[in-house]
Amino acid sequence: MDNASSLRWLIEASYFIAAILFIYGLKRMSSPVTARGGIVWAGAGMLVATLVTFLWPGMDNYVLMMVAIALGGTLAWVSGKRVAMTDMPQMIALYNGMGGGAAAAIAAVELFGGEDHGLTFSVLAVLGGLIGSVSFSGSLIAFAKLQGLMKSTVRFGGQQVFNLVLLAVLLVLATLIATQDSGPALIAIFFLLALVLGVTMTLPIGGADMPVVISLYNALTGLAVAFEGFVLQNAAMIIAGTVVGAAGTLLTQLMAKAMNRSLGNVLFSGFGDTAAVASEVHGSMKPIEASDAGVMMAFANKVLIVPGYGMAVAQAQHKVWELAQILIERGVDVKFAIHPVAGRMPGHMNVLLAEAGVPYDVIYDENEINAEFATADVALVIGANDVVNPVARTDPASPIYGMPILNADKARNVIVIKRGQGAGFSGIENGLFFLDQTRMLYGDGQAMASELIQAVKSL
Amino acid sequence: MIDGFIALYIFMLAAFVGHEVIGRVPVILHTPLMSGSNFVHGIVLVGAMVALGRAETGLEMTIGFIGVFLAAGNAVGGYVVTERMLEMFKSSKEKR
Repeated sequence: MDNASSLRWLIEASYFIAAILFIYGLKRMSSPVTARGGIVWAGAGMLVATLVTFLWPGMDNYVLMMVAIALGGTLAWVSGKRVAMTDMPQMIALYNGMGGGAAAAIAAVELFGGEDHGLTFSVLAVLGGLIGSVSFSGSLIAFAKLQGLMKSTVRFGGQQVFNLVLLAVLLVLATLIATQDSGPALIAIFFLLALVLGVTMTLPIGGADMPVVISLYNALTGLAVAFEGFVLQNAAMIIAGTVVGAAGTLLTQLMAKAMNRSLGNVLFSGFGDTAAVASEVHGSMKPIEASDAGVMMAFANKVLIVPGYGMAVAQAQHKVWELAQILIERGVDVKFAIHPVAGRMPGHMNVLLAEAGVPYDVIYDENEINAEFATADVALVIGANDVVNPVARTDPASPIYGMPILNADKARNVIVIKRGQGAGFSGIENGLFFLDQTRMLYGDGQAMASELIQAVKSL
Repeated sequence: MIDGFIALYIFMLAAFVGHEVIGRVPVILHTPLMSGSNFVHGIVLVGAMVALGRAETGLEMTIGFIGVFLAAGNAVGGYVVTERMLEMFKSSKEKR
């Protein structure tokens, strides 16, 4: 073997190893016991692949390359280390958008370069560029919305028609660019319009649906990376991109299912459009003092805690875990019941509880724990609303009808910690709050958790 | 050359692998896993490096530079946040 071909062999072998490490890492990440090691394995794969790419024959612009890596890497490192766990969803959206943008940039360089790759490769380059651009601008909008930089939903008349027409125009342009020797102006217009489509697609989607959208864009970026991998004849990109594309699609479906919505429903209709017909709820909300609620829990056999995003907003997770620990010391059986869409993404609540030091084996999934509510003395609902609303089981007119919920209403006593009397995020009245066995503990989540701790301690 | 049916086979097999790997994941890991898969497509960095490395005109170099910058952000940021999240997952049997 001469020098060039042995170099080529080294690069291909390294990419092969990287692909194995990615898949092995993802595999380990799918179990809580081994998850921590998983990301390290995948990280090792990334490092090997990146380092060996510097040896790619016939490359130039090394200084620019180093500067770009240093800049992007440092910014991401610092922001990633600083971001609060509650802000994790938008951070993932941002990094994902960057990946989509990079895939689009590769497509742009290849297309502007004007080298003839043959029809298949041109088609893949153009498609990858389109998907990557949409993922880039769409993810940035998702980031801006969750970060509170912009109003959560922006709608204008004929939006869906506009998006469809835009998509049709883009597909025509894509065909032109892929099949003919088109000028740089056409290519530039193509990329600009693709970026616009990402924006107009994401603008009308409400905050509650954002996790599904972020997950979808994650899958799309994977697909774009795979397509550009075919163009560049890079096996590591093809395999990693395709694996992420498939995994991301499945994850998106799981999330949409947990929210009882189809993907089409999330993308093409606004949530809350049907909320006007929300049903009437009878009865009254009965308040309770923290000291009484504390006694109730201290002498219970089994307490199930149902945390929602409100708990995270109030930064109450540490106090709630402290409360749980005191109860456990008193011999109470304490478990955390998590709804798949508690928090802003499936699993987000688990991350927030993990941050507070709650071990994962006292945290239970909706279908693992739902039967246990019937034997629970107290269900403590803190900052959760729609996910415990029994209306989802009983009222076909309700927009959340059919959504799987936690059966907190089956517990002997229910204590709800809530800021005020208003309806929740979705604006739907919660039947749970009006039940005979329910008591409302009004106040800030963190302050109320502290008062409960005091109440239990003083016994 | 990765071409024609070989390319299709790779695509098909990798898609099944992705589906299988995620298929049995518990909900508690959905967020870290989304973040982890987000990190994995940071491999776009190697493609962006090659694209920039072969860029000739000023325009190509500018776009290539942006591509490498974005890709490095994807890879590094994805790693940092995934690692931070997974670091916190502990069992009650472990010492803290």
